[in-house]
Amino acid sequence: MLKLDINGATRSVDAAPDTPLLWVLRDHLNLTGTKYGCGVAACGACMVEVDGAAVMSCITAAGSVAGKKVRTVEGLGADQLSALQQAWIRHQVPQCGYCQSGMLIAATALLAKNPAPTDADIDGAITNICRCGTYQRIRAAIKDAAGAGKAAAAAPQAVPALALTRTLEAAKAAPGGAK
Amino acid sequence: MKRRTFLLTGAGIAGTLVVGWAVRPPATRLVAEAASLPLERGDVQLNGWLTISPEGLVTVAVPRAEMGQGVLTALPMLLAEELGCDWAAVRTAAAPIDRIYGNVEMLVDGLPFHPDEKGRAHAAGAWVVRKIGRELGLMVTGGSSSVKDAWGPLRIAGASAREMLVAAAAARFRVDPSTCRVERGWVRHASGLQASFGELAAAAAQIEPNRFPVLKSAEAFTIIGKSLPRTDVPAKVTGAARFGTDVRLPDMLHAAIRMAPAFGGDWIKFAANGAEGMPGVKAVLPVSSRAAGAARGIAVVATTWWQAKRAVDALDITWDAGPHGGMESAIIATRMREALDARRGAAYRAKGAMAAAFARANRIVEAEYAVPFLAHATMEPQNCTARVADGKVEVWVPTQAPSLVRWIAARTAGVTGHDVTVHPTLLGGGFGRRAELDLVVQAVEIARSTGGRPVQLVWSREEDMAHDMYRPAAIARLRGGVDSDGRVVAWEHFGASGSVMHSMVERIGFAPMGPDKTNAEGAADVPYEFANHKVEHALVKSAVPLGFWRSVGHSQNAYFTEAFMDELAAAAGKDPYQFRRALLAGHPRHLAVLDLAAARAGWDKPPAAGIARGIALAESFGSIVAQVAEVSLVKGEKGMAPRVHRVVCAIDCGQVIHPDIVAAQMESGVIFGLSAALFGEITVKGGAVEQRNFPDYPMVRMAGAPVVETHIVPSKAPPGGVGEPGTPPIAPAVANAVFKLTGKPVRSLPIRLA
Repeated sequence: MLKLDINGATRSVDAAPDTPLLWVLRDHLNLTGTKYGCGVAACGACMVEVDGAAVMSCITAAGSVAGKKVRTVEGLGADQLSALQQAWIRHQVPQCGYCQSGMLIAATALLAKNPAPTDADIDGAITNICRCGTYQRIRAAIKDAAGAGKAAAAAPQAVPALALTRTLEAAKAAPGGAK
Repeated sequence: MKRRTFLLTGAGIAGTLVVGWAVRPPATRLVAEAASLPLERGDVQLNGWLTISPEGLVTVAVPRAEMGQGVLTALPMLLAEELGCDWAAVRTAAAPIDRIYGNVEMLVDGLPFHPDEKGRAHAAGAWVVRKIGRELGLMVTGGSSSVKDAWGPLRIAGASAREMLVAAAAARFRVDPSTCRVERGWVRHASGLQASFGELAAAAAQIEPNRFPVLKSAEAFTIIGKSLPRTDVPAKVTGAARFGTDVRLPDMLHAAIRMAPAFGGDWIKFAANGAEGMPGVKAVLPVSSRAAGAARGIAVVATTWWQAKRAVDALDITWDAGPHGGMESAIIATRMREALDARRGAAYRAKGAMAAAFARANRIVEAEYAVPFLAHATMEPQNCTARVADGKVEVWVPTQAPSLVRWIAARTAGVTGHDVTVHPTLLGGGFGRRAELDLVVQAVEIARSTGGRPVQLVWSREEDMAHDMYRPAAIARLRGGVDSDGRVVAWEHFGASGSVMHSMVERIGFAPMGPDKTNAEGAADVPYEFANHKVEHALVKSAVPLGFWRSVGHSQNAYFTEAFMDELAAAAGKDPYQFRRALLAGHPRHLAVLDLAAARAGWDKPPAAGIARGIALAESFGSIVAQVAEVSLVKGEKGMAPRVHRVVCAIDCGQVIHPDIVAAQMESGVIFGLSAALFGEITVKGGAVEQRNFPDYPMVRMAGAPVVETHIVPSKAPPGGVGEPGTPPIAPAVANAVFKLTGKPVRSLPIRLA
């Protein structure tokens, strides 16, 4: 029995320790936000945070993260959407959406280390594949969230734009949403 | 070329499937015959496209697949515009399978007419195809046709429902309906009387729907033309969005598969090698149907996918390469060149007197161009979940073709279509790959032996890469002549490749016939006014399965046409932009698009040092797109390589529904086409695909992604497509910039600099 810390909760999983974390999340814990894309750490769809660093869960043995803090896309905005998730919505980043969990994890880990990334920093940190080509919106959303982070530090305020609130309501009815 | 033969091919399988359509009464697309919409408690259905809840929530039936192109937003917008509800009250639901949801306009687009010659023959052809199309009810998402097709039916559905709600309100208020007005989900009367849609829905449902309601004029639009927040976005930033691989059902099992590497190959024998005893493994079983192009292989069913995958990897399988074991890319190219040498082709356009025109040309340029096979490589690997129990079949699948899924699932399970329920999911990329049915065949076959338990089959990336239906490899020889003033006097395009349409029709069990329009699209239908123009294509039967790949024939033909255009411009000593303008005098829409792209790119000002600009224009799927790419050469791992910094994109797609989705699709089309132009190449050896995964089939990533600026030409023309038209121009735009930088034309893709 593996004991894992996933999104702040301790989860017991009946899986062999060499099972990739990706499949423990998806098939044992039904946390399907983390995606399978390539299985060889080449695309980033499976990215999760382990102790704050973005790792490829498709090649990470579940046993190796015991005792560490794992955060998946489901854990990014459990109570309220993170600044990055909000920026993602403001910039209407996703298209098909399949790679976006990994993209958000990569961006979250980047901003945690580097609150004001340059274009070169973003190029270096965001190496995931998006087949729909949402890269320029991802770049804009990261910069926007970084800016919002700075603004929030200077003068804390709640900023959900009208459009955002409306979109969130719509989310409840969207396919795959909460309806 | 016989138009009649062409018509049949254009309609694809339509002609074969339709029986007795002529004796049926005229079909409309307002009220469903067979299916009703899923209702929640209190919901009232007003026609085949919407339900209204007592609280006034409007649920719109969306019959197209959401693969990122925005149908879950754009289609409900059409209905909401005419209905007059509040946009925040709109919800969506996957449409059930019924004729009214079939995609008619996609079939009309398959007609082989030159855009300048759409006369009575085209009108007659379109009438026949629309009639067939309405009877067929082919629910397919493709050909950038979703909005084009929904433009009529969804607005009519909204307007018709609004009339019913107004009539119900007028009866309640005891006033004349014409004195009532609709405001954001309310019907109001000057007297102060008012009622909400939710209150009125039940009474409105008793009123006979009007099939010919009055529609708003474009000036009155309040929703159409606005960049509203996309309905599918929020769930895609929280991980809540459910794709095919995310389907989770009680008792569900998982399956992994190894398929014969070679096309048409088979397994001879296999040793389980202890796979049966591995943890979680329930069964090891051959998958043998070849229906819908399914490859043969061995599947393992287990409790989790990883367990199934490990067991599949443990199998020791001896493969037979089958009838095409000797096939390789070089041989396929030789076959195409032989066909070009023999000049055995179908004529797609023959205008003027070629020999005489070339005889008086001042300069003649000849060039051979080539492109490779390409894989779709959707981010979500191919998958399908199926349950076969008690003579019933349920299928959960990310599909572009739910009505065909039902048909093939029924055939595979030996039941009727009525016994099959299809649950379409979100698609993690489609690009044409998910119009295929092979996964459904395999999943249903596997599910027949799991004792009624649902089973989810997911291909590994390696299987996905090697068992695609590919964009065809193609070769084209172009010859152009210019006179002493640098004007084009003759243009000849002779192409060779396999046929996507034939490959697809054959896969689903019908006999292919006639030339395939997709082989010449982007070549025979170009807007340029060539006085002498000849386009032929030689069909070389392909053992490599071919499929619809984002923009289909345009993906290679726009490159051939537009790259050769720059070669000819160079020979004529003309600026490539002005050279094109001179050929478009009678095409104001194309000129406007080209001019807008050139102006916004600053074509008349020199680019920064080390950067060159390339321009390209292509019309596809009812929309005109021009792109200017700014490119430099940088030192890469394997020598010099092009780096694309900025792409200025102009589009005329007719009436715009949602400007930001248009921009997003241009960005997407550019990146998709750029991955192909810079890296994309599937090669065949020993009858099998050599590439396995992203490391040997690379993609553009963040660091290589250009900034894409989209500029829209305002238009009141009916809507064109946007999912595909952004892709065709990018490869030639980049190739033309590289030509300027190196002085050498780029004659094959992916672009490789010596």
